[in-house]
Amino acid sequence: MNIHIKNGRVIDPKNQLDGLRDVYIVNRRIAAVGLAPQGFVADQVIDATGLCVMPGLIDIAARLREPGFEYKATLESEMNAAAAGGVTSLACPPDTDPALDEPGLVEMLKHRARNLNLARVFPIGALTYGLQGIELTEMIELTEAGCKAFSQADAPLTDTRVLLRAMQYAATMGYSVWLRPQDSFLAKNGVAHDGIVATRCGLAGIPVSAETIALATMLTLAKDTSVALHICRISSAAGVELIRAAKSQGIKVSCDVAMNHLHLSEMDIGFFDANCHLIPPLRSLRDRDALRAGLRDGTIDAICSDHTPVDEDAKLSPFSDAEAGATGLELLLPLTLKWAAQAGVPLLEALARITLQPAQLLGIAMGHLSIGAHADVCIFDVDASWRVQASALKSQGKNTPFNGYEMQGQVRYTLLAGEVVYQAQ
Amino acid sequence: MNNPQLNRDGGLQHLLTTEGLPARIVREILDTAATFLDENSSKDIKKVPLLQGKSVFNVFFENSTRTRTTFEIAAKKLSADVVNLNIGSSSTSKGETLLDTVDNLCAMHADMFVVRHASSGAAHFIAQHVAPEIHVINAGDGRHAHPTQALLDMYTIRHYKKDFHNLRVAIVGDILHSRVARSQIHALTTLGVPEVRVIAPKTLLPTMVENLGVRVFHDMAEGLKDVDVILMLRLQNERMQGAALPSAQEYFKNYGLTEEKLAYAKADAIVMHPGPMNRGVEIDSRVADGAQSVILSQVTFGIAVRMAVMATLVGGSKR
Repeated sequence: MNIHIKNGRVIDPKNQLDGLRDVYIVNRRIAAVGLAPQGFVADQVIDATGLCVMPGLIDIAARLREPGFEYKATLESEMNAAAAGGVTSLACPPDTDPALDEPGLVEMLKHRARNLNLARVFPIGALTYGLQGIELTEMIELTEAGCKAFSQADAPLTDTRVLLRAMQYAATMGYSVWLRPQDSFLAKNGVAHDGIVATRCGLAGIPVSAETIALATMLTLAKDTSVALHICRISSAAGVELIRAAKSQGIKVSCDVAMNHLHLSEMDIGFFDANCHLIPPLRSLRDRDALRAGLRDGTIDAICSDHTPVDEDAKLSPFSDAEAGATGLELLLPLTLKWAAQAGVPLLEALARITLQPAQLLGIAMGHLSIGAHADVCIFDVDASWRVQASALKSQGKNTPFNGYEMQGQVRYTLLAGEVVYQAQ
Repeated sequence: MNNPQLNRDGGLQHLLTTEGLPARIVREILDTAATFLDENSSKDIKKVPLLQGKSVFNVFFENSTRTRTTFEIAAKKLSADVVNLNIGSSSTSKGETLLDTVDNLCAMHADMFVVRHASSGAAHFIAQHVAPEIHVINAGDGRHAHPTQALLDMYTIRHYKKDFHNLRVAIVGDILHSRVARSQIHALTTLGVPEVRVIAPKTLLPTMVENLGVRVFHDMAEGLKDVDVILMLRLQNERMQGAALPSAQEYFKNYGLTEEKLAYAKADAIVMHPGPMNRGVEIDSRVADGAQSVILSQVTFGIAVRMAVMATLVGGSKR
């Protein structure tokens, strides 16, 4: 199947390309950008006049809820959400039930995802069995099964000796370790940033020190073990500063931020909006500004959706009792564009945070439109404005703090391996 | 961010918190309460037919005898039909969600819910999900708010001190975990009290509490100096387990209100406590039963204030 995407503004961060080009797809791969390859005859022509053509998005944190939580969401519903969001590759954290700690589970997940053929799924394996923080998983076998990194998801790893061993072992094999920094004692029972809103609303707080103490521990051990450490969902100004300092010391550390935390703060909780009950908690406006600055200057490498579909009943509770998380796959592109517009960041630079850079973190060959690359493409209208309507989302989780928000930028087509898997109505 | 407890005309639809509650509504409630109390014939409350034919459901997800009883008396004095539901924590363990419970109660044709729940924000949540004609009164949600307690405290202060504009008020004790303290702070600042103080060790103070408009003290001698009103808070025993305090004895020594410490306040200062008191922990019996204590008046005023809240809700929704 030969596809000709014509007259689009091609934005490809890896190749530093931002200009009007035609894209030619032959045999599921990019055959040419610019002039047609010799003898090219299109089976399908996509008119991208007035639209942008970019590599398919790569989301490094999207919970698909399988296995174990099918009542919250299914692979099918969430992969459809991914396609609608222009996301062609996604990494899923291991906090399923059971946790992704056995090669069989990983193979099953990859197999089911492949059959649906809506997006590429890259599982993140459990670092310890059952995410219990006690015994290491068989990382080599899990890697052979398809795991791209190892993580505790949101489960604590309080035993620093286990953490050290896990990092040493992963470093031996050249695997990266993905951790969300949170001291479990300081965060105990907490549901919101320990600041003025928690004080006003009487919500149990999670102090910034819960993040910085855990970060200091992780960075110290990362330095000692030379492991490739990836910090997930940084949330505070002080946390960004620690990462910045570690990077300048040459410690091998990378970092991501959830799109929610780029745009929202504790203030959005208002009168107990359970959709703003997130992990990590939304922090102060000052913290949010520091996250934006850190993303801009490269301290933070990638933006993720932190997609967490929650069933409706689990959100219909008072703030503390409501399950944490927000759906996100369909909002990753517009919220990245929103940040770029507000921060004055050129599209080429901004889109690298959801294509090239997450691909590098995962060590996968996607995220660009080079000749010969997999033809994973997102075609979007950068000027289209639309209003988020939670009930209209493809994801089974309708839980979003952005319900009713005006968004700019809308996906028109998503191509996975040279096949249109989503087309806007 | 609109205020979910006011209706479109600015009248009171629910009473969820004293935060953002307009001063005119607070004064209206206090004035209405005064009409229920015949202050000459020593605190006798008349029965009136204001809520005749209405049903008030006391829905308590957290145990409380005292608060529930005062609400029950208040509703009955207004001639309402009262239904008491002690749901406790058992219902949630049976799998019924809070929303299911609320829907069921709505179907029983209540006019008013008086709710207490262990989670902050529960009253807001219920108010968002009840049928539009039902009024919700927050009788305490987690650490967040206990507005009727704060209003009866305001009534008591006004009764003894007449004017709010020249007062120094100190709140003493476990501010961090106290819904009463939060509601008191908002009510006092709304009514124009120029100086509200909180006195507690750092372990019992929430982060950035000064942003609520209070002065922070850690020492009783300094904090109580020249105050007109002392609002004591109850200290829960579990604070000793959470490493917030070493012992009840040490707490009493430093922060318990004794006659000696009371002497730092103005000679005519009044002492208040929301009850139930821990004698010998946060307050000495000689103070609790002493001449400056108005703790029992609070209980009587509490009935009149709760009547006034119910009457205002029913009247306010018609505006």
